[in-house]
Amino acid sequence: MSEFVKPKHQRLVLVLIALIALIGAGLLAAWALRNQASYFYVPADMMANPPEPDRAVRLGGMVEAGSIRTAADGVTIQFVVGDGKERVPVSFKGLAPDLFQENSGVVAEGKLAANGTFVADNLLAKHDEKYVPREMKDMTEAQARAAVAETQ
Amino acid sequence: MIAELGLAALWLAAALAALQLVAGALGLTARGAVLGTIVRPVAVVQGVLTLLSFAALMALFWQTDLSVKLVAANSHSAKPMLYKLAGAWGNHEGSMLLWVTIMGLAGSTVALVERRLPERTMLATLAGQAFVSLGFYAFLLLSSNPFERLNPAAPEGQGLNPLLQDPGLAFHPPTLYIGYVGLSVAFSFAIGALITREVGPAFARTMRPWVLGSWVFLTLGIVAGSYWAYYELGWGGWWFWDPVENASLMPWLAATALLHSVSVLAARNALRTWTMMLAVVAFSMSMVGTFLVRSGILTSVHAFAVDPERGSFILALLLINIGGALALFGLRAGTVTEGERFAMTSREGALVFNNVMLSAILGIVLLGTLYPLLAEAFGAQVSVGPPYFNPMGAVFVVPMLVVMGIGPLLRWRRDSLARVRLSVIVPLVLMLIAGIVLAMQGVAVLPLLGIALAAGLVVAAFLPLRGRKLRQVKLPLWGMVVAHFGVAVSLFGMACDSAYTTEKLVALREGDTVAVGPWQIDLVVIEPVAGPNWTALQATLSARYDGGSAVKLQPQSRSFWTPPQQTSESALETRWNGQLYAVLGERGEDGRWQLRLWWKPFVTMIWYGGILIALGGLLALIGRVLSDLRRGIARDKIAYRKLRQGR
Repeated sequence: MSEFVKPKHQRLVLVLIALIALIGAGLLAAWALRNQASYFYVPADMMANPPEPDRAVRLGGMVEAGSIRTAADGVTIQFVVGDGKERVPVSFKGLAPDLFQENSGVVAEGKLAANGTFVADNLLAKHDEKYVPREMKDMTEAQARAAVAETQ
Repeated sequence: MIAELGLAALWLAAALAALQLVAGALGLTARGAVLGTIVRPVAVVQGVLTLLSFAALMALFWQTDLSVKLVAANSHSAKPMLYKLAGAWGNHEGSMLLWVTIMGLAGSTVALVERRLPERTMLATLAGQAFVSLGFYAFLLLSSNPFERLNPAAPEGQGLNPLLQDPGLAFHPPTLYIGYVGLSVAFSFAIGALITREVGPAFARTMRPWVLGSWVFLTLGIVAGSYWAYYELGWGGWWFWDPVENASLMPWLAATALLHSVSVLAARNALRTWTMMLAVVAFSMSMVGTFLVRSGILTSVHAFAVDPERGSFILALLLINIGGALALFGLRAGTVTEGERFAMTSREGALVFNNVMLSAILGIVLLGTLYPLLAEAFGAQVSVGPPYFNPMGAVFVVPMLVVMGIGPLLRWRRDSLARVRLSVIVPLVLMLIAGIVLAMQGVAVLPLLGIALAAGLVVAAFLPLRGRKLRQVKLPLWGMVVAHFGVAVSLFGMACDSAYTTEKLVALREGDTVAVGPWQIDLVVIEPVAGPNWTALQATLSARYDGGSAVKLQPQSRSFWTPPQQTSESALETRWNGQLYAVLGERGEDGRWQLRLWWKPFVTMIWYGGILIALGGLLALIGRVLSDLRRGIARDKIAYRKLRQGR
């Protein structure tokens, strides 16, 4: 019966294995989170402190009036997101959400290309009064007035 | 009148829960033993009252009684009847009432049918159940009264979010809630057993059907939710690592671990404290899920209304329940005697490995879900998505699945890998061949691993049946085989979806043609159509698979008027080997229509696999319950015989 460890020891060994695995998972997760979490930017932050080119981030702001253009392929759109201080050009290929419109808030998920255009692979618009992206809610409180003042 | 009746039933049920708690606790003492006799009847009546209360709410939604605030805020007289009724739980207050109702009914069932455990453990269990319920009663009655009146009555209701007006969604929340609340029963059993220190195989056999049952419902709820997100959101994905999805996944992971460890406890009387711990964790995860969804600290289609008071209330409940349970666990864990021993290479060893991996995955998901909240506390706004969850999950899923293929072949207590060496050769070779072929095709790492593992597991799942007479195989074993086969099928679907999906995003005029994968698709016409509470633009597409006969797809862009909102209704064409998925976008300035099309080979396997997993759980559950019944009848016969002989 030598393969069996003593009862006390078996429990201890199991607990240790579980702990090591879980702590390992935790450390791995912490490391991955630092690298993979996508940060939220408003245009002013993005201009002042641009993210690394390959890093997935989110950009939130107001879609500027008169800035939405559709490219020749009919499915790529270009527009400008502003926060009253800075403006970032955005390009997006896909179906824009239903409430995506000028003078309205948007959160774009994607990467900042080398030429300064934000290439979005997903757009979140204000869905209805019950579903507002969190960042956008903060932004509209803090910056909507500035954005409105600028567009007037 | 109905509303007042419902509210009165709810108050009465809460009072009975308080009585159940006090009587149950006093019943454990020598002097209060007589009080213990009322605990079971009280639990039964409490369940009936919650059912009455919920029926009252359903009746109000049935009639669209606009003098009730909840109905006015969530229903509309022009809504189809199914959604009027589903509206009863498609909102915060109603869903919490549903939670309490299921909990009351579960308590009744335990009180009525469970006769195997020592009566003291039963008293402690029912008292524990009453304690947890009381928190939710308080929450409902003090901060989310579903029966609140509106004076004067509203002229018309505000309607239900159109995204939620879907037949799948009518059944998704109740299914998940049955799963969540079933885990509360397992939690209460664990509390009861810890209080009376009666942790052993008999206890595990009592708890197991509840764990199995709630696991089956959780599985079905997640599968239904995933399919709903897939066809309703129109984004072509089936899992977004949305916090609300994670909220349902975490209890499932914990319940899966618990399901396996409770089997070890039942069969081998080992892993005693670990099983207790998991029972606490599983229900804690249900509560964390409810907290995340209901508190409104997360935004998603599920987070109905943001109300900090409610968030704090659930958080307080969470802390009291989990904190109390963990404190009890800490006090008693040391005194629960050590279970049977086993070697590392054994069925138990494999199950321990599975448990540790599942816990690690649970930790990964929990951290990823909470990280944005933690970061926000420090002033940074972040979101965590697939680039984190997919590789991190895979690190632990892959070894777990490898062991899932081998573990069931091992003997209990002690075994050697050399003995099962020959059995696993076929799946291993299959895996290798699949891996090499896929690598030559240039498939990415994760999908490659997924398909190769799935190929091996499809065979490995059936290996436990080898050398057995199939007609004599017991239901629980069939259950395991079917569930593990389901895992392989589902994994195959997921990996194929990410490896082989082709997507086209185009702008077309009527009469134009586009190719997606093996499909040729014509845009025939775009025309307006109308439904009961919406109007829509509908595209008629004519699609041919590989030059075959044409099938019609009609994606729509719908406008609802109560509340005013636009949604995309995707159109799906299902073949045995995949799905064609079409979404209609907007009309461009030049008159062309945007269309988004996907060809997704074998994507349906994801949900078929999920259903197989649930079916496996159901088979095991039926097998266990039947053998319990047989055992119970045999016991009664012996008792009866003794009685007659005594005379």
